[in-house]
Amino acid sequence: MKKVQPSYKTLVITVENKFGVLARVSGLFSRRGVNIKSLAVAPTDKDEFSRITVDVDIELESVSLDQIINQLEKLINVVEIRALDPSQSVERELMIVTVKAEANERDELVENLDKVGGKVLNIGTDSMMLSLVGTPSLIDDFESFLSNFGIVELQRTGRVALDAL
Amino acid sequence: MNSEQIDGGRALIRALENEGVEVMFGLPGGAILPVYDPIIDSTIRHILVRHEQGAGHMAEGYAQATGKPGVAMVTSGPAATNIVTPLCDAYLDSIPLVVITGQVPLAAIGTDAFQECDTTGITMGVTKHNFLVKDAQDIPRIVKEAFHIATTGRPGPVLIDVPKDIVDPNNPKSELEWVDDVQMDLPGYNPEKSFDLSGVEEAIELIKNSKKPIFYIGGGILKARAAEALRELVELTGIHVVTTLMARGAFPDSHELCLGMPGMHGNYTAVTSMQKSDLLIALGARFDDRVTGKVDGFAPDARIIHVDIDPAEIGKVRRPDVAITGDCRLVIEAMVDAFKKQGTKQTDRSEWKSTISGWQERFPLEYENHEPGNRLKPQYVIEQLRDLTPEDTIVASGVGQHQMWTSQYWNFEHPYTWINSGGLGTMGFSIPAAIGAKIGNPDRMVWAVDGDGCFQMTAQELVTATVENIPIKVALLNNSYLGMVRQWQDMFYDERYSEVFLSEDVPNYKAWAESMGCVGIRVDSPEEVPEAIAEANQIEDRSVVIDFRTAPEERVYPMVPAGQDNSSIVVPPSQEGKER
Repeated sequence: MKKVQPSYKTLVITVENKFGVLARVSGLFSRRGVNIKSLAVAPTDKDEFSRITVDVDIELESVSLDQIINQLEKLINVVEIRALDPSQSVERELMIVTVKAEANERDELVENLDKVGGKVLNIGTDSMMLSLVGTPSLIDDFESFLSNFGIVELQRTGRVALDAL
Repeated sequence: MNSEQIDGGRALIRALENEGVEVMFGLPGGAILPVYDPIIDSTIRHILVRHEQGAGHMAEGYAQATGKPGVAMVTSGPAATNIVTPLCDAYLDSIPLVVITGQVPLAAIGTDAFQECDTTGITMGVTKHNFLVKDAQDIPRIVKEAFHIATTGRPGPVLIDVPKDIVDPNNPKSELEWVDDVQMDLPGYNPEKSFDLSGVEEAIELIKNSKKPIFYIGGGILKARAAEALRELVELTGIHVVTTLMARGAFPDSHELCLGMPGMHGNYTAVTSMQKSDLLIALGARFDDRVTGKVDGFAPDARIIHVDIDPAEIGKVRRPDVAITGDCRLVIEAMVDAFKKQGTKQTDRSEWKSTISGWQERFPLEYENHEPGNRLKPQYVIEQLRDLTPEDTIVASGVGQHQMWTSQYWNFEHPYTWINSGGLGTMGFSIPAAIGAKIGNPDRMVWAVDGDGCFQMTAQELVTATVENIPIKVALLNNSYLGMVRQWQDMFYDERYSEVFLSEDVPNYKAWAESMGCVGIRVDSPEEVPEAIAEANQIEDRSVVIDFRTAPEERVYPMVPAGQDNSSIVVPPSQEGKER
């Protein structure tokens, strides 16, 4: 199988859990015209710190990622920042999705959902709400499978990651 | 331990006093009123400015001249936006400032209240850090943190936005428990964490083996109070020095190893010696585009030793061969030690030295003399001013041709005698900055060298100078034009002068100066120049403005045209055709 080089870099940024910190971090990207692909923010095991997980395109338009990391590090509320190598880290993402599913389509849907470890959250007359936790690429694949049925509404959390052990 | 209940406004002023603040610059208004009340009882001298931009630049001038953080306080909304320019100026030139802005009451934030603006949002990109205070109890800690952040590591401006209700003594929520030894809480801030001096030995080895080395000195030397240490290192190694616009005075111009200013309007020898060198030792400099010219063509044969306190500067523009992160003074001291320890034998550089002295002989700074009937030569005015003022005179300049001529023709013998807006290039900087410098150095002579375009942006602060009894002197190089823009149109836009002519006779600067309580003098001919300067030097109780009528067609030479590499340096017509 062809190994595809990941086209993104994941930055894991530990910050003080205070108002305005996300704006400082995201503002540093936006002021340099760099798009954030995915973003997840939540408190860590310590109340006073939050972790921001940011996915950015590696081929940043004319801006070096090292430069952004160096400048993020200068933000007073940033405690630590690391760029994770996707091959050396464990990544997960959660998707919840409402998908069109007539009665005769549901078996196929649920069968495939079971195979990837997803769950049915809610059932309507002509649609179902599902959830799936997995690697971002699994979520990508399942999302395109679901598009055959017709996606009504979809929400992904964005990537979170930790170093592999 | 001392502990008592006081209100937020009093706590704020007391916290400033505890930080050793002796003077602050500002202008009161609705939202900041409760903090102005305790100023009446404070030991801090408050200078009432005429425009908030003036307060910011005064604080910058004060900080640049004294090394202490500059403090300014203004109200919310338009006052906060008016001080954004000085914040950005201080950010680009790494000047320690603490700026306090009023804000509408907490409950009114986000409602488009009267004089509300998103001050922390607006200033996020132009401050080293900013704070929105939400609880009166946090005031002493935040003030302490603000001063710590502003003055440590790479210095810079810090803003504290203070909602009115938490400093208002009529609001019970403004009450707080004052304790003398408040603790900072900055888990993400430790500038020394990234210090890494492990490259020092390697740097010294490179230096010793280089044939054509140059010390490239930036403003970081001044921030680190490292001028003395630098002199020891330079004399020990015998290597020539260039001092950037931000570093003029960090190494004495009269020293035989000083080559002066490099960059777009640097002198030929400083520019060319960098360009041809085989080793640039960058100390507290950031490879600014005005120094490098076209980056791809900058000093193509040079290896780079880059010393900076800010790790984000290392490799930002040019990848160094040896990177050293740390305070310049500590690094230089370590370099001196390593140099002595390794033995002081170096590669023979006599050929390089004679090349340099050849450039100095063939390409000195020069201009054509005044012709009768024409307006004054600005360079002549600066030379006279330089020769007729004390050696320790502090010079503050605005931005444009007059700034470049002053940097070129002045002899800076001491650190902290040159104050200008380098990174942001803020027109109107000089008068308020000179006032700030004078307050910090009441016994020294302070001259603002200004252009007529700049003067009209901030001249009202001369009223402040008069009323607050802060006598400065202003040398106005008045060529009736926005001179530097005119020069670009002259050289690069086929002499099509678009919107650069100001006026020959309006305003009447002498009368304007007099109306602001200053002495006004107008000078048209070269013979009057020394007399007018001598007269101004003797006036100690008032500010003086000398309107020098200078020649509009005069260009700043040399010049490296924007976007070209430094070998494309344009010399004055008198030097064209000389062997380079």
